[in-house]
Amino acid sequence: MKQHGEVNENSRRNFLKNAAIATVVTATCGSLACSCSSKNSTVSKKVRLLSPDGEIVEIDSAYLNYQEHIAIVSKMEERQGIPGKRFVMVVDLALCKNARKCITACQKHHYRPEDTEWLTVKLMKDSDEGAPYWFPKQCFHCDNPPCVKVCPVDATFKRQDGLVLIDNDRCIGCKFCMAACPYSTRVFNWAEPELNSDIKDLPYSAETGIPAKVGTVEKCDFCPDRTKEGLLPPCAEACPNGVFYFGDENEDTVSNGSETVSFTQLIKDRAGYRFLEELGTKPRVYYLPPKDRQFPVERGYENLPDKLKERFKDIMEPISSKS
Amino acid sequence: MELNSYQQEAFNYQRPNIEKFSKSNLLWIVFFLLWILVGLYALYLQIAHGHVVTGMRDNVVWGLFIVNFIFFIGLSYAGAIISGLLHLFKVPWGKPIIRLSQMMTITSVIVGPIFILLCVGRFDRLHHLFIYPRLQSPMTWDVLAILTYFVGSALFLYISMIKDFAVYRDTKMDIPKWKQKLYKTLAIGYRGAASQKRHLIISQNLLAIIIIPLSIMVSSILSWIFGMTLRPGWHSTIFGPYFVLGALYSGCGVLIVAMWAYRKMYKLQDYFTDKLFVNLGYFMMVLAAAYGYFTFSEYFTSWFGSAKWDADVINKLFSLQEYGWWTLFANLFGILVPIAIVAIPATRKVNWITLASFAMVMALWVKRYLIIVPTLETPALPMQDTRMEYVKYTATWPEWALTFAGIASFLLLFTLISKLVTVVPVSELEEPLHQHNHQHEPVVVNNEAIQTV
Repeated sequence: MKQHGEVNENSRRNFLKNAAIATVVTATCGSLACSCSSKNSTVSKKVRLLSPDGEIVEIDSAYLNYQEHIAIVSKMEERQGIPGKRFVMVVDLALCKNARKCITACQKHHYRPEDTEWLTVKLMKDSDEGAPYWFPKQCFHCDNPPCVKVCPVDATFKRQDGLVLIDNDRCIGCKFCMAACPYSTRVFNWAEPELNSDIKDLPYSAETGIPAKVGTVEKCDFCPDRTKEGLLPPCAEACPNGVFYFGDENEDTVSNGSETVSFTQLIKDRAGYRFLEELGTKPRVYYLPPKDRQFPVERGYENLPDKLKERFKDIMEPISSKS
Repeated sequence: MELNSYQQEAFNYQRPNIEKFSKSNLLWIVFFLLWILVGLYALYLQIAHGHVVTGMRDNVVWGLFIVNFIFFIGLSYAGAIISGLLHLFKVPWGKPIIRLSQMMTITSVIVGPIFILLCVGRFDRLHHLFIYPRLQSPMTWDVLAILTYFVGSALFLYISMIKDFAVYRDTKMDIPKWKQKLYKTLAIGYRGAASQKRHLIISQNLLAIIIIPLSIMVSSILSWIFGMTLRPGWHSTIFGPYFVLGALYSGCGVLIVAMWAYRKMYKLQDYFTDKLFVNLGYFMMVLAAAYGYFTFSEYFTSWFGSAKWDADVINKLFSLQEYGWWTLFANLFGILVPIAIVAIPATRKVNWITLASFAMVMALWVKRYLIIVPTLETPALPMQDTRMEYVKYTATWPEWALTFAGIASFLLLFTLISKLVTVVPVSELEEPLHQHNHQHEPVVVNNEAIQTV
């Protein structure tokens, strides 16, 4: 019996030894093969061009086909954000007349269809006797974001420049963030999104949100691809009344395209407030109360197409019939 | 494995059930498989076309799948608590149902998480939950909780079955060779030796002691997926205990219905006795009262305060044009009817109690729906959307098909397990202490002798 046992043990030992050696050899060979065959994609091709000053310059060929939406950042940089900035937005409710140019500009910039509104304009009526006012709302990029708190895979994240972005390469589409956001700001790609041929093959970046992916969540991103170029987000630029002031809290300046003012001064003078402040989410979007409005609220309702009028009928009809 | 005469009798009576498939077994299995096939087709549609085939949209992001998930996982947690308690208190009349509640535990913890996977938009990225987990998220807590709980309850079930597997292994039964081998493997050499017995008893007791607080904890974690959000109707401090109690209550109901079904199918009247039904009925009644108290507490507090935040949801729940009738159904059949049926002696009978339990289980499913959907339909900002499917949630046929496929899987698993092990565990069975005399003593009411059964 003992001999039999010994033989058994030895053969088992041998087998394990051989298996271990085989595994190590295979792994080494495999990794060598992988590294040998991988393309040297880090070596960039340089091109020689004539600059406007008459000099010969050499630039990376990637810049030749520069498309507006390539945000050339790594995943790590994407999550860290633009150093030294703290983006903030101020929305002047006294100026909004529901022109909806901001909405179409946002949809155009992000290649979104007409019914996907990352930025939306609501008609708010706070009390029975209170006056209704137009309320543009996009993501507030909260400093204490309830959406980031609940994401199980860290697909949505808060950056040092204040932005809350979504990485749709990681999102699993559980929609917990949508349930958690009290401002109903997020939208979901329920079906396969129709992608414009321009953007279909672009590499995905959380800073652009392009191309959209089915089964993932999206929302306003404060357009970091535009702010990096020193431009205002399309919503701020497109608004005919200068409703959106966008800027940097660190520099204490916000601009709506036509004027640049001190952020803290603006908030102080015009009694800026944050929506549902008591929820403690610390939004980065401030609102200026709709006092001394430039336009009567009907101006934003009268010329709307019927489909949009339907949205606000309950509030507007009683008012129009009264006047 | 040695069995006493009572246990041997129980085993001989149930042997045919694990030896062969009866005609009705096969019919039921085919029926369930058909439902599952329909569900699989619906699943294919959902994967191919995206979640647009469901009724969920940007406001009501969670619908039937989450309701089913809560429902089934709740059953599982209840099964663990009930079987743990029955085991620890060593009540003789509870022995026959320990296995049943353990079966309910395992089958629901398999079916429940399938529903939550269906709700996830990107099936192909589920592994992200394990390679990029974020510990701050209640959903990660839930993933960890369910995994831990699954292992614990599977262990508890298995260890409780070892003695029975030894009995099956030692008996010459008319079963195929692979089944004999299976029993031999699963019995892991249990021979009834003193040290083995000791190990088994200690493990079972330990697992029972662990699984009860574990169950309560995971049930609370489930509730906190809703309780931790800033939504009226969800952001309530009562949610933890509420879900634990709701789970326990609906689990008790499903247990009674399962007991009745097996009693009918395998003619187990001597083990699933009328007295057992009455005892479980009392248990259900107490839970109904407690659940009713919690529900009343929730609604009354929300209704009494003036905060618009709560008022919007309460109005939606009680307005007859919206969810009023469903609220009425859920609370009437979920709370009042079970209490009444068990309280009144005339209806404290097996069939009545089972009917009440069945209605209660339906009502509690509706109750879960009323927790999830109306809150999502009342966001803080006005919806102002003309697309009806974005304003009001209506479940589509793929969602219903998958719901019924889930129920069919649940029932299929129950059927298949009952072909592997006896529904009434034989090795721990204790003969009831001559309760027959007490049972048949007539009670005189109004000069008429009424037999209490």
